[in-house]
Amino acid sequence: MTVVVRTVARVLFPVALAFGGYVIMHGHLTPGGGFQGGAVAASALALVLVAFSPARLKGKKGLFSALESLGGVAFVVLGFLGLGLTFFANVLAGAGGLFGQPVPAGPNPGELNTAGTLPLMNWAVGFKVLAGLGAVVLLFALFGGEDDR
Amino acid sequence: MTLWASLLVMSLVMTVLSGFLAVVLRDLLAAALALGAQGLFLSLAFYLLQAPDVAIAQAGIGAALTTAIFLLAIRKTRRKEEE
Repeated sequence: MTVVVRTVARVLFPVALAFGGYVIMHGHLTPGGGFQGGAVAASALALVLVAFSPARLKGKKGLFSALESLGGVAFVVLGFLGLGLTFFANVLAGAGGLFGQPVPAGPNPGELNTAGTLPLMNWAVGFKVLAGLGAVVLLFALFGGEDDR
Repeated sequence: MTLWASLLVMSLVMTVLSGFLAVVLRDLLAAALALGAQGLFLSLAFYLLQAPDVAIAQAGIGAALTTAIFLLAIRKTRRKEEE
């Protein structure tokens, strides 16, 4: 691609990736969540794949596959964590530890450190979606060998 | 007509217009970009209809990822449509 596209991609890639991370991280407070944030981060990856040559990412297919499997396994493990009560019971909510603060009553801007296992599940789904969509776009970019331009 | 309603009507009209452009354009690169613009205007309409969750998903998938896939496909084949 041209130098304009490459420069814009170089500037925009970290911004889009950070916005995807923000959407995932605030999934239990604001609109969005694991799927939406993962899609935004994957679109940042697609921007880089369109702007630059994908040949440098040729050996990274295993990394994407491992990341996707890790997200799925983390989601199921977090579901099994509440098996003392029921499957998917939210054992971390209100427990005081990680994401364990009690939710404040009344109107408030939203407390990030709440909701128990839900933010962790959002991260798991986000990594799964990022790796899955990223692997699709990467395989599509690598398919067929040489570009004609 | 309120500002909200006029913005909604404008985004919906632009959605239809960009979809029409994506069909009739002969240059496939321009057609792919028109399809991306259609997804973006549809995402704006979703946002104005108070569905920000759907709007983020539409902007990420419909506007960005499908356009990227179409651009990669055009790069691997040819740019002009044949009669």
